[in-house]
Amino acid sequence: MSLINRIKKFFGMEAKPDIEAEPDAAKSAEGASEQEVEKVAEEKAKPRIGYIHLSGCTGDVMSLSENYDILAELLTNMVDIVYGQTLADVWWDDENPMPEMDLALVEGSVCLQDEHSLKELMEVRKRAAMVCAFGSCSATGCFTRYSRGGQQAQPAHESFVPIADLVKVDCAIPGCPPSPEIIAKTVVALINGDMDYLQPMIDLAGMTEACGCDLQLKVVNHALCIGCGTCVMACQTRALDMTNGRPELNSDRCVKCGVCYVQCPRSWWPDEQVKKDLGL
Amino acid sequence: MVLGTYKEIVSARATDKQIQKVAQDGGIVTGLLAFALEEKIIEGAVVAGPSEKFWKPEPMVAMSADEIIAAAGTKYTFSPNVMMLKKAVRQYGIEKLGTVAIPCQTMGIRKMQSYPFGVRFLADKIKLLIGIYCMENFPYASLETFISEKMGVSMEMVEKMDIGKGKFWVHTQDEVLSIPLKETHGYEQSGCNICLDYVAELGDLSTGSVGSPDGWSTVITRTDGGDSIFKQAVEAGAFETKDIANVKPGLDLLQKLSAQKKEKNQKTIDKRKEMGLPVPF
Ligand SMILES: Cc1cc2nc3c(=O)[nH]c(=O)nc-3n(C[C@H](O)[C@H](O)[C@H](O)COP(=O)(O)OP(=O)(O)OC[C@H]3O[C@@H](n4cnc5c(N)ncnc54)[C@H](O)[C@@H]3O)c2cc1C
Ligand code: SF4
Ligand code: SF4
Ligand code: SF4
Repeated sequence: MSLINRIKKFFGMEAKPDIEAEPDAAKSAEGASEQEVEKVAEEKAKPRIGYIHLSGCTGDVMSLSENYDILAELLTNMVDIVYGQTLADVWWDDENPMPEMDLALVEGSVCLQDEHSLKELMEVRKRAAMVCAFGSCSATGCFTRYSRGGQQAQPAHESFVPIADLVKVDCAIPGCPPSPEIIAKTVVALINGDMDYLQPMIDLAGMTEACGCDLQLKVVNHALCIGCGTCVMACQTRALDMTNGRPELNSDRCVKCGVCYVQCPRSWWPDEQVKKDLGL
Repeated sequence: MVLGTYKEIVSARATDKQIQKVAQDGGIVTGLLAFALEEKIIEGAVVAGPSEKFWKPEPMVAMSADEIIAAAGTKYTFSPNVMMLKKAVRQYGIEKLGTVAIPCQTMGIRKMQSYPFGVRFLADKIKLLIGIYCMENFPYASLETFISEKMGVSMEMVEKMDIGKGKFWVHTQDEVLSIPLKETHGYEQSGCNICLDYVAELGDLSTGSVGSPDGWSTVITRTDGGDSIFKQAVEAGAFETKDIANVKPGLDLLQKLSAQKKEKNQKTIDKRKEMGLPVPF
């Protein structure tokens, strides 16, 4: 079974045999040991990744590209970028079908008045084994939550929603933009089928409503806050400050990215992963 | 594993007389940050510095040994040190950063290092994370209640605060006052009541007063980095150490207090869960 099929199985998706990779591998491995078959199959299994740009700012894919040290290796040897304007110059229309993808990174929210965006998102859901809400616009709506139409040249374009409002989303990487490191860590975990590492991203696919006021509602109000200041460090727009040991939100600055709550040690706590990373 | 995963536990104190004078206990935090700065292991450190209000700390980026020393001593109220880490890297341009953190703060930092969702280019710049033991922390107004109301001393007269031997102690220039810890119950921050970490189990190394005699600290080294920096500092003569087996009250007390904290707070966790309240652990 190819790596990606293993991952799909973990996700509870149908583990279709990788028709491209496996017969080939079996043929060339005639008379060879099982380990070698396994090895060929593994080498074949470069995840096919697509990058889909809806109502986003390209910041998420820019952040991906800021992984200078590993980018060349990632793009040439670890994954195949099979779809997307910015990264691969492949664009889908009626004549050119969208390719099958193991993972689709979807940047941006969806404008409900933009027929093309809706159509593209639906097509992505059909073609991709896994759909990832890539960045906060896609995951939580982020600052497109403030859109309300009335601007030239499409005054009717007013309603923007996170992609999980319209299609099933398998995992999310919030951030405005997500850090280069979290993108690299996620992609590498996917390649390795490290489901323990990916679990929070899978859980976060359900977090489509976010705001700096989550800290008050879900942490302070629930007797969880310990005044550590992690949320203030994490906020990417300096919308937060600490007052008497508690986060105070300047809601005029908040873009509803959700990173403060995601990063708070009292929202969820990855005990085993932290200890593993520290060697403890 | 009531004390977390560790490599070694010793009793230690800083040899520097100036540090001994201002430190809470053995001056491990101040001594080690100063040593790491001098050895260029770090370029600066986030510590709980003074503010305009007496005993109300404010996180600060210390770039010199003097600034680190100025922040010595325990303040029993919030100092959101974690919020300054990004500033230290972005605004002060520090590439190698040290910091001191109570257990819950180490959790914010470690989670960010494992899952840096929105926090870019910071995780790997934290080179030294010194954890300090912590039984509980207090809102500033709680401190005012103990000191101004219960003890009748104004905050600016206080030279040192300490918790030990079942009491909350306050030292002024001419007297030492205390109230039983029982009288502080209910004044601690409520988030502490579900905290399962006493001895900063996620620090590169951690230190506190319990287990060692006055003026000394109990030091637990944990990560490879923390262990080697501490050994380097001992070798360079920055600290003197004693085998923890030969000091009183020693590890037994530390283990007992840690186990008590975990047990008591686990009960609170269970109770809150029963009520349908969210608890992250
Ligand atoms: C809230 C709190 C509760 C504690 N409870 C216990 C306990 O139950 N048992 C025990 O053995 N030890 C406890 N300690 C730790 C102990 O008081 C000393 O901080 C520790 O032993 C270090 O002593 P030192 O001489 O090495 O540090 P020093 O050299 O005096 O340096 C202390 C360092 O801690 C920093 N600091 C001071 N206050 C805070 C704060 N509120 N938040 C974050 N950083 C701060 C300072 O900036 C300084 O860098 C507690 C500390 C705090 C802050
Ligand atoms: S990160 Fe969470 S626990 Fe820490 S200060 Fe912010 S809300 Fe409180
Ligand atoms: S407060 Fe900051 S981190 Fe939190 S949602 Fe708003 S912009 Fe994002
Ligand atoms: S008891 Fe725990 S939660 Fe409370 S301040 Fe100490 S480390 Fe933080």
